Amino acid sequence: MSDIKAPPLLQLSAVGKHFGGLAALTDVSLHIRHGEIYGLIGPNGAGKTTLFNILTGLYQLDSGSFTFDGHSYNCCKPHLLAKAGIARTFQNIRLFANMSALENIMVGRHLRTRTGVWGALTRNTAARAEERETEQRAHELLRYVGIHRPAHTLAKNLSYGEQRRLEIARALATDPTLLALDEPAAGMNATETESLKALLQTIRDHGITILLIEHDVKLIMGLCDRVAVLNYGKKIAEDQPEAIRNNPAVIEAYLGGSHA
Amino acid sequence: MDILLQQIINGLVQGSVYALVALGYTMVYGILGLINFAHGEVVMVGAMIALAAIQVLLAAALSPLLVLLLSVLLAVAVCMALGYSIERIAYRPLRHAPRLAPLITAIGVSFVLQNLAMIIWGREYHSFPQLLPNASHHIGGAIITEVQITIVLIAILVMTGLMLLVHRTRLGRAMRAVAENQTSASLMGVNINKVISTTFMLGSALAAIAGIMVSANYGVVHYYMGFMLGLKAFTAAVLGGIGNLRGAMLGGVLLGLIESLGAGYMGALTGGILGSHYQDALAFVVLIAVLVFRPSGLLGERVSERA
Repeated sequence: MSDIKAPPLLQLSAVGKHFGGLAALTDVSLHIRHGEIYGLIGPNGAGKTTLFNILTGLYQLDSGSFTFDGHSYNCCKPHLLAKAGIARTFQNIRLFANMSALENIMVGRHLRTRTGVWGALTRNTAARAEERETEQRAHELLRYVGIHRPAHTLAKNLSYGEQRRLEIARALATDPTLLALDEPAAGMNATETESLKALLQTIRDHGITILLIEHDVKLIMGLCDRVAVLNYGKKIAEDQPEAIRNNPAVIEAYLGGSHA
Repeated sequence: MDILLQQIINGLVQGSVYALVALGYTMVYGILGLINFAHGEVVMVGAMIALAAIQVLLAAALSPLLVLLLSVLLAVAVCMALGYSIERIAYRPLRHAPRLAPLITAIGVSFVLQNLAMIIWGREYHSFPQLLPNASHHIGGAIITEVQITIVLIAILVMTGLMLLVHRTRLGRAMRAVAENQTSASLMGVNINKVISTTFMLGSALAAIAGIMVSANYGVVHYYMGFMLGLKAFTAAVLGGIGNLRGAMLGGVLLGLIESLGAGYMGALTGGILGSHYQDALAFVVLIAVLVFRPSGLLGERVSERA
């Protein structure tokens, strides 16, 4: 699976973030190895999405730092972290609704393409070649995630499951090493979840490390190599799925103290 | 009958200018949700810079066509720098401020530019030299000058170019992505600030071209010319659906036609009570009507207020 001796792809050291008096994350440390599918679970408001926002540069962390792919970050701009190789999807889908499925993915290629104003205006050979390549790659990604609609369908006209897949395709277009998915199975039925699971496995088999926030316990248990549990902004457990399932602190967090 | 054709021609020419300026308003609104009320002054600066350049270059005894070309390039370059600076100085520091704040700085920038132009070029009307052949053609009783034909053709060319840029290139996709969702766009590696700067520069380039067109058409330049033109182009943008590029072009041409036909027939229709000098008022009657009956404009989508 993954080489335990190699330095981790992502290492969080005592990461803290608060909003006013509310501590969203306190001293969270964890590491994710190359090629892992790493699950992040916890009750609502536990700080999972806050962690994602820090990793993708949408929030600045208040204390601690994280190392990704050998570089240390304690504050950063979103487009720089995207360039470093972190891509994500959102809990509430955030596609470019009035752009076509194909164009959504092509925007994802923005990072890995270069044509500027000058190339755009003159449409020189290099610019045209890059545009063709971008479009071709976008078509490939559409097929890869299993969207079989016409490529020019507007994103807003896709079905809910397709929109989730399109968001994954768009994230993949940035050539990430770490793909962070925020509740990708939310609102999906059992069949859709099953095919999502297959897709995520394929993505991992192609060498992309996955960080997964999910409430679907079956999906987490069947897919993840390791799982961390957050509660009130603190990491209360980190282990293999089976061990997490039987961890008393986790059961308490989900069911409440006295009822456990 | 020949009045009708003449007024349609005049309307199309004026409408082309409105469309170019309206595109500048609508592009900025689409991306920032901000009305750049200083945009009209950029049009004026473009005209003034071109005039200054023409005077210098004509003195150097260059051919008129070369003079025009160089002046247009210079005016476009200066206006792009101006548009970039306006955004950096007046809008970017207020990006997360309440919406009223950048609106006030916009009006402030507008006053500053107007007054600077007044100090530099004075209060008088300057005549804009005729650089293109002043021949005119008769079509079915109406007259169209070569300057007017050039204006319409260049406007079509520029607008086609803009549409291709926005819909067929990496930069255009980035612009549309930022307009739809800044957060997602930034996560795709789009540098939001760069896209916003580029948008202001593109809009200002169109404004410079429009400024030169309007000066060439009427033959005069004045420090106050950007104010009314800016308001009308804004009206055109609202008419077409602000934030929508096709809407700005449609709104511009329609407003030009409405004004021109209104000026031509208002006297006859109201039995002489209202004359063609009510032309300016007509644009704002249109604005009010749009705001009352179809606030989202002709091609605009009905969207809820941004969060």
